[in-house]
Amino acid sequence: MLRLTKYLKPYLLAIVLAIALLFVQANADLALPDYLSKIVNNGIQQGGVENAVPKAIRQSQMDKLLIFLSVDDRALVQKSYLLVQPASPEAQQYVKEYPALANAPIYVLQQVDAAEMRSLNSSMAKALVAVSGIEQIIADPSKAASMGQALGFDLSKIPAGMDVFALLARLPAAQLAPISSALDQRFASLGDSMVTQMAIAAVKAEYEALGVNVAKLQRDYILRIGGLMLLISLLGGACTIAVGFLASRTSAGVARDIRKQVFKKVESFSGIEFDKFSTASLITRSTNDVTQLQMVIGMMMRMVIYAPIIGVGGVIRALGKSANMWWIIALAVVGLLGLIAIVFSISLPKFKIMQSLVDRLNLVMRENLTGMMVIRAFSKQDDEAARFDKANRDLTGTSLFVARVMVTMMPVMMLVMNGLSLGIIWVGAHQIAQSTMQVGDMMAFMQYAMQIVFAFLMMSMMFIFLPRAAVSGDRIADVLETEISITDPPDPEPFKQPFSATIEFRNVFFRYPGALADVLHDISFTARPGETTAFIGSTGCGKSTVVNLIPRFFDVTDGAVLVDGIDVRQVRQSDLRDKIGYIPQKGMLFSGTIESNLLYADENASSETLQEAADIAQASEFILVKPEGFSAEIAQGGSNVSGGQKQRLAIARALVKKPPIYIFDDSFSALDFKTDSALRQALKQHVAGATVLIVTQRVATVKNADQIIVLEEGRVVGQGKHHELLQSCETYQEIAYSQLSKEELA
Amino acid sequence: MSTPRSTTPPENRTPAFGPMAGRRRGPMGHGPMAMMRGEKARDFKGTMRKLIQYLGSYRIAIAIVMLFAAASTVFSIVGPKILGKATTKLFEGVVGQIAGSSTGIDFAYIGRILLTTLALYLASTLFAYVQGWIMSGISTNIAYRFRKDIAAKINRMPFRYFDSTSHGEVLSRVTNDVDTVNQTLSQSLSQIITSVVTVVGVLIMMLTISWQMTLAALLIVPLSMGVIALVVSQSQKYFKQQQDYLGHVNGHVEEMYGGHVVMKAFNGEARSVERFDGLNNTLYDSAWKSQFLSALMFPIMGFIGNLGYVAICVLGGYLAAQKAVTVGDIQAFIQYVRSFTQPITQIANISNVLQQTAAAAERVFEFLAEEEEISDVADPVRPEKIDGHVVFEHVRFGYSPDKVVIHDFYADVKPGQRIAIVGPTGAGKTTMVKLLMRFYDVDQGAILIDGHNIKQFKREDLRCMFGMVLQDTWLYNDTIMENIRYGSPGASDEAVIAAAKAARVDHFVRTLPEGYGLVLNEEVTNVSQGQKQLLTIARAILIDPAMLILDEATSSVDTRTEVLIQEAMYELMKNRTSFIIAHRLSTIRNADLILVMNGGDIVEQGKHEELLARGGFYAGLYNSQFENAEVGNGR
Repeated sequence: MLRLTKYLKPYLLAIVLAIALLFVQANADLALPDYLSKIVNNGIQQGGVENAVPKAIRQSQMDKLLIFLSVDDRALVQKSYLLVQPASPEAQQYVKEYPALANAPIYVLQQVDAAEMRSLNSSMAKALVAVSGIEQIIADPSKAASMGQALGFDLSKIPAGMDVFALLARLPAAQLAPISSALDQRFASLGDSMVTQMAIAAVKAEYEALGVNVAKLQRDYILRIGGLMLLISLLGGACTIAVGFLASRTSAGVARDIRKQVFKKVESFSGIEFDKFSTASLITRSTNDVTQLQMVIGMMMRMVIYAPIIGVGGVIRALGKSANMWWIIALAVVGLLGLIAIVFSISLPKFKIMQSLVDRLNLVMRENLTGMMVIRAFSKQDDEAARFDKANRDLTGTSLFVARVMVTMMPVMMLVMNGLSLGIIWVGAHQIAQSTMQVGDMMAFMQYAMQIVFAFLMMSMMFIFLPRAAVSGDRIADVLETEISITDPPDPEPFKQPFSATIEFRNVFFRYPGALADVLHDISFTARPGETTAFIGSTGCGKSTVVNLIPRFFDVTDGAVLVDGIDVRQVRQSDLRDKIGYIPQKGMLFSGTIESNLLYADENASSETLQEAADIAQASEFILVKPEGFSAEIAQGGSNVSGGQKQRLAIARALVKKPPIYIFDDSFSALDFKTDSALRQALKQHVAGATVLIVTQRVATVKNADQIIVLEEGRVVGQGKHHELLQSCETYQEIAYSQLSKEELA
Repeated sequence: MSTPRSTTPPENRTPAFGPMAGRRRGPMGHGPMAMMRGEKARDFKGTMRKLIQYLGSYRIAIAIVMLFAAASTVFSIVGPKILGKATTKLFEGVVGQIAGSSTGIDFAYIGRILLTTLALYLASTLFAYVQGWIMSGISTNIAYRFRKDIAAKINRMPFRYFDSTSHGEVLSRVTNDVDTVNQTLSQSLSQIITSVVTVVGVLIMMLTISWQMTLAALLIVPLSMGVIALVVSQSQKYFKQQQDYLGHVNGHVEEMYGGHVVMKAFNGEARSVERFDGLNNTLYDSAWKSQFLSALMFPIMGFIGNLGYVAICVLGGYLAAQKAVTVGDIQAFIQYVRSFTQPITQIANISNVLQQTAAAAERVFEFLAEEEEISDVADPVRPEKIDGHVVFEHVRFGYSPDKVVIHDFYADVKPGQRIAIVGPTGAGKTTMVKLLMRFYDVDQGAILIDGHNIKQFKREDLRCMFGMVLQDTWLYNDTIMENIRYGSPGASDEAVIAAAKAARVDHFVRTLPEGYGLVLNEEVTNVSQGQKQLLTIARAILIDPAMLILDEATSSVDTRTEVLIQEAMYELMKNRTSFIIAHRLSTIRNADLILVMNGGDIVEQGKHEELLARGGFYAGLYNSQFENAEVGNGR
């Protein structure tokens, strides 16, 4: 398949762009679970409060916090917050949001940068937790013992009713220090995440105290994150669409280009190349194989490249959420790939067997249909039924086996996926308990896990598709890289004016490349204008090959074919073929109408010319009985006219061209003797001056030829007129006697 | 040689399609397109009823399939809801921990839930697998039965049917249609159940969580349906176009490669490439558009899905704050919403799939319901010995009632006589053969053999009286020995070899690598056309029939083999009433009766001299051979 990469070149930009877009799309896809986790963590669990830095705080509360802050932190906090007095002009701006401002002064958070926010978050979280802890104890002294532990000192010793904060505030720094360090130690053991979440609870309580509409806060948060999520999903979607656009343009475009090149190449093939590949194979290569490539290129651009990007990205993100849960994903991936490997290693060889069983079934059925007369004539219906039943049973057995193997795929795959989720929840729960993870993170992790698994599934699909496409690609490349054996000479000679249609074979040898024996061996003869030269011999004697050398469908291996004294290899192929009216063995018409087929020889031919040609070819009788006459449809391959009609139309087609040379390559075989004879009579009158070459098996057809060349196994065994050959040529006699009785020949 | 139906080339292409073809339909193969094969059955209801009847014997198995499919779906649907409880518990534990109000996460509870869910999923997997296992059994069995019935049917059908139906069409029923039924049946049957159960089940589960959220989720459905319909209708247009143009391009390729020599001979290269370019470019236009449009579906659906997702999160957050739902519920709900759209698309698709099933099944049923040969008489005659006295008693026959080809034919053929049937190509020379062997029944009059109307015989017995050697040699994929033995299964190897000797083919067979054991390949290309004809002659000699039907056209046989064939045929004709589709004048002239056919009709009958003297059609036909011969001999 790499041999075809040059066809991707014009689309390089599109491909690079698509890859870039895939990166964006992957990032967008991977960002989505993050937003989901935010919605769950912050939006639902934390009521829309993102961190431990309150947007506003009562002055009284702030004072308490300040007690637990270091000098540096205190400075930062004071710098970040603005104190707003109830009656001050700024209050107007804030009172609506924080109704508590009406009665008491509050601090309002000002613009801070991200670094400051982080440091604020960690310091204020601790302070908030400490303050709220103490407040809870004050509210409910029974908790003092348990809470005190968390705070590092026993608050139960403080006498009830006493303002703890006032007390603490009055403590000299030296005395406060051990308390602070005890707290820090305690918090370190709890973990940042837990402290932050505890602090957030305090922030929420503070907001409530401030009279903030907490529900609205939450809703706003979810909507904001949700909006972002939609934007990202829109971006991802747009990228997908753009990639889809690029991929479909590229794949269809590459397919178009390759298809065109293949077609052009094949059209320039000579008979040698056609025989090498076979027509059927060339058709498949130009159609199905190209389509296969188109599909794969589209898939590559859309999915195959995407899979590793999302896979790697997913791994990075998942590890970011939790570094020590990767093994669950690995387990699932290994499990799934193992499943696929097992299923396919069992079913793939069976698929091959199945294909041959299908072919077998079709064969038996086709034999039953084509041999219906024989089967019934021999009353073998029951045996045939048994034969078919065996083929049917074999196929059914294997296809059932394959179906049942394939049926395991989906349920087991689903089980692995579901098991993956369960595993993540179980392990994740423990991580959450240890506060190394939040619930939302776990949910995000789950989604990353799915994305990773899908990426691996897609990549494994690639291993199924790519080899197939690679075969197609190679088959196409084989055609494109084939060297054409028959080409125009670099400086072609023109034919003389006036042209004389003398054809001379000078010691011609022909053998297929790689073959062991000659098809033609030392053939020499001259065919002159106004004369008919006929070739006769049994099947496989090489008589068709002789005439195929004249229009250069093949080139001689040795010797030379001369037309008008010039070696056919010295002239342009089109010039040469312009001189020749060729009528192939099987008629070979193209789809269209009778008229379009006749015009194929000469697009500018008049309707009189067509009529005349049809008359000579004895085709008028059946053309005229058709209601549409010359406009009658001809189906592909001429399948809607009989063999004899096809041959007559093919002859008419050549006649329209009015060439100086006619080659009838066994073109009368499907005609009955009467039509054959009438046709040859008419031909004799109309192509009087032309050089006529006729290949046939019928003695009757050649009897009055000016020159008959008898071929056997590629050699000329007789040359002369009918009566001469009857005397001198044994092979000719054999042929003649098998077709006509002695007295008829006498 | 002519038969009323033309053995058209298109059937040669059918082997390319196998039962596998159904699986890779749509050469451009993209997912969502599979649903758009807009083929419709003419009588959907009737066909479905027949199909259900056909399925009748699998009633219990199908009931189990349905039950298991439903069970599997239910189990997998309950999963998320229960799993949600684990999340909720986890969440509560965390929240409790934060608030300091609880001891932490209840792992015992979560573990229990997870194990329960795992059990559910396991059960679901098991049910799904068993369901699939049974269903694949049913559908392959149905395919088997269909194929068997069709094959059996073919043997019971009158020849008339095949006048108007090509082999390709019949083959396509055996392979493509049966396969479509097989594929779509197993797919649609379990899909109907799982989809419906999923939709209903998910809806119920969603409602148990929160009706408000369910409402929000349901609002997404019409939106996505609308988008799907829009995209599909657009891409369908281009998809069809693409298929059409792919057909045109492929057609042109096939045609030009097939007629390569002609194209070359008439310097048509440039014209051909030009035409190809035009078609190819149009194909490109529709190909990329159809691909692009169908690729639109996923991102658009993804966006709509996310829209619903956000709506549910907002609503869920609000409800969670109100303590109306738990976090686990939201998580479960999200999963439900995600699994809600797929079955809805599937249900929408099922009607298409069923249409496909019905269309394919209809063609199969139609075929199975075709008229059969009238059965043999109840008490057939069984003469001890057949002399071969054949009388055509005012026979009237036509392939169709409005086109009578034999009007009033009378002939009395004495035992051992030779009847030559002559006429130009397409004259209907095999018609007589077909009437004699009762492939077709005469419309009026009768054919008598040894005084018995051939309708009084069992078809089998009647056909056994004839040895048949046709130009269209039919041999099958087995050894040469078995091929010769075909008509007389009891014959010994010695008898087979003796027959081969009589048919002048023994020597040839012995030169083959495995002699009589050589297996003829599928296309029977490992022996030449002439050898094949000799083998069929040997086959006819072996059954030693009372009468013969021969077709002596040997157009593609080399002269030596032709001489052999001729000798073998004369050997065969000795003392047997023979009907010869004759091409050789020597055969014709030696015939006791010549039937001259033209345009499907018997235009003249008589002996050679009589017919020549009459100066009619036969005389013209005969003389056309000789005017040239005379010129050639210089007389």
